[in-house]
Amino acid sequence: MARLTARRALFAVPVLLVVTFGVFAVAAASPFDPVKAYAGTAALGADQETLDRLRENLGVDRPFTARWWDWLTSALGGDLGQSAVMRQPVAEVIGERLFWSALLCAAAFAAAVLLGTVLGVLAARRPGSLLDRAVTSLAYTLEAAPVFWTALLAVWLFALQLDVLPAGGLTDTGSDQVTFGQVTSHLILPAGVLAVSQLPWFTLYVRQGVGDALAEDPVRGARARGLSERTVLLGHALRSGLLPVLTLIGSRVPELITGALLVETVFSWPGIAAATVEAATSVDFPLLAALATLATAAVLAGNLLADLLYGLADPRVKLNEM
Amino acid sequence: MTTRRIRGAAAAVAMAGAVAACSAPGSGGADGAASADSVVIGVPTEPDTLSPLLGYGKDGNSKIFDGLLARDAGMELKPALAKALPEITDGGRTYTYTLRDGVRFSDGEPLTADDVVFTYRTVLDDKTNNTAKSELAAVEEVRADGDDKVVFTLAHPYAAFAARTVLPVVPEHVAGGQDPNTGSFNTRPVGTGPYVLTGWSKGEKLTFKANPDYWGGEPKVKKLTMAIIADDDVRATRLRSGDLDGATLPPNLAATFKGDDDKKTYRATSYDFRAVTLPTGNPVAGDTAIRRALDLAVDRRAMVDKILDGAGRPAYGPLPVDDPWFAKDVERPRDLTEAGRILDEAGWKSGKDGIRAKDGRPARFTLYYPSGDKVRQDHALAYASDAKKAGIDVRVESATWEVIEPRMNHDAVLAGFGSTGDPDFGLYTLLHSSLAGDGFNNMARYDNPAVDEALDTGRRSQDTQAREAAYDDIQRELVKNPGYTFLTHIDHMYVLADRWKDLTTQTEPHEHGFASGPWWNVEDWRPRT
Repeated sequence: MARLTARRALFAVPVLLVVTFGVFAVAAASPFDPVKAYAGTAALGADQETLDRLRENLGVDRPFTARWWDWLTSALGGDLGQSAVMRQPVAEVIGERLFWSALLCAAAFAAAVLLGTVLGVLAARRPGSLLDRAVTSLAYTLEAAPVFWTALLAVWLFALQLDVLPAGGLTDTGSDQVTFGQVTSHLILPAGVLAVSQLPWFTLYVRQGVGDALAEDPVRGARARGLSERTVLLGHALRSGLLPVLTLIGSRVPELITGALLVETVFSWPGIAAATVEAATSVDFPLLAALATLATAAVLAGNLLADLLYGLADPRVKLNEM
Repeated sequence: MTTRRIRGAAAAVAMAGAVAACSAPGSGGADGAASADSVVIGVPTEPDTLSPLLGYGKDGNSKIFDGLLARDAGMELKPALAKALPEITDGGRTYTYTLRDGVRFSDGEPLTADDVVFTYRTVLDDKTNNTAKSELAAVEEVRADGDDKVVFTLAHPYAAFAARTVLPVVPEHVAGGQDPNTGSFNTRPVGTGPYVLTGWSKGEKLTFKANPDYWGGEPKVKKLTMAIIADDDVRATRLRSGDLDGATLPPNLAATFKGDDDKKTYRATSYDFRAVTLPTGNPVAGDTAIRRALDLAVDRRAMVDKILDGAGRPAYGPLPVDDPWFAKDVERPRDLTEAGRILDEAGWKSGKDGIRAKDGRPARFTLYYPSGDKVRQDHALAYASDAKKAGIDVRVESATWEVIEPRMNHDAVLAGFGSTGDPDFGLYTLLHSSLAGDGFNNMARYDNPAVDEALDTGRRSQDTQAREAAYDDIQRELVKNPGYTFLTHIDHMYVLADRWKDLTTQTEPHEHGFASGPWWNVEDWRPRT
């Protein structure tokens, strides 16, 4: 296990290097003008001298390879650089926002895994039953629904029509304290929408896995020994039925990140999303590279976690052979 | 929803890198908003920075800061951190300000002339990424004379200079030791103003509390929240649900609050115009006959009624009709017949397809508008259809600014600008030939020696009558040779809970949100009861 982790960590280094370099290359090739993005609406009334001075100060015209190297060497020294568009150090931008994004993703992910497992098991118990058909068709429908659409629909229903949940923000608009209760009530809608967007995958995988397991010999043997249906389902079928879900956890991380970006935007959630969009459209190299590194690291860690869990859960898999 | 009593308390300064925003112990819950001592306002955008060194609050009303001068409801300059209006000597080249006694920053440190000097010098420093530095281009030197006098020396006599000194003053002891471009002052500012920032949750909201030691007296509105809600519909909805007390809204959404007894709608007139740039270098758009015909062919009234839902005024030039500097005699009705006559006389003859041509060149040019801006799109399409009636073919295209910018010297653009404060601010950069094509200045490459001369007179003369005459001349010249077709001045609409007495709005610039609307002077609000 330790060896696998160490090997993966070694492998992550070149991947991260390539990703950051790629981010710099793509940003340099993009049609966005960093000077205009920096100045915002002020640029549209600015004289050439101002635009040129900003271009000079922001170092826009330096080759991206040199900027990448500078960023990399200072980042390795612990300095993530300055974000021009946010007017503050990159570390501060991330520090202010990352926790809220992580909270949102973790809550959504946990909800999606739990709910998906429950629904999947319920559907798998009686394949072809009304419940199974309802769950499956719901899953396919949700899979096709775009996240931002679900989000707007949720705002319309829960915040406007029913007035049971706040429509956005981290706390009540009139309050300037961050309290646990307020954050919880404000978290329900965005995390719920994000969970719903991930739900179909887990539901369908669990349904398939448990359904297959129920037809396997050990389960039939258990049933023949007269064990209760519950023991059979939870003790035998679910254990092997959940194996595919473990693989899924790793592969859903990128999707979760993009989903979170959209959800945060709709709900004015003070996470990393707005910063990411802004960093991309304003070609803010240091911030963009740091965020891309974070996202890549999250994906790699997700994959590693999935493999480790798999190794623990499935005796047929030998970690040191991975 | 819980109602908690408001307890005044000191602001806690958020620790750098702390994840949770610290906050002032105070009220919470939306019911607290029903009292007149707190207000929650919804605005579409948040500032990039709260540091005046990078341009925040440069036109005044910044809440956290004060300038040497400020503006009243009638846009007249009045003393703020200065005791009185500046003393102007040396033929209009030296401006001397004497500071008010006993003013302190919200951290308790006294304000001195050195703070003022530091502020202006940092803004003027090439290394500071301030986008509005050119507005202070006339300043040759700024120095302190003792603890309470600041002396500006200008490169040339500049009548409008005093209006620039609404720029907020920052404390050197806080902002001095850090990089103005990325330092913590951008997010945790300290000023002398009526409010103190208590929290800024980026993308969500900014919260302020009244500064009890404000030199102008402690504000009655103790708590101010600016919620950042980009979507117009969501903003209107949250206003309706009582989550917000007030909001900036487009006219069609503001109209939906008409029947609401406990909310008032405020309409602020503005300098914010929409105009078509007619590039001098384009053989069609640069032709004086074509320009005059277009100017006569457009139906400005219809644009105001149909595009702006009546929330605006026809623009007969860069200055709005209610501006004291506006030359009344330039208002002109739509006259298609006259437009046709001018074109015929100049040799632009109608062809088979109804499009005029001269020497084999069809009367045709392209008009760009920035994509995604619906108001500009509507203006552009209305303009093209009016032009067609005069036999001129305007092809409307949308693009991003990155695409439009290199084409501004040849193709028309649906532009929007407008500066408050002094006619020099908006007109000089818009019309002076020396600034033709200088970044986004004088986008039409307008070149008219009579206008240049009048602009220089208006800029340098200290005599109000001479200045008025100069600006009248400019407006009349623009009728004879309209290098821009001015279409409308847009009103800004605000809806606000009716809990305060006698609120006003100022005439607003192109940009609006934080410093405009009825909350431009929230520190002066008085409860109704």
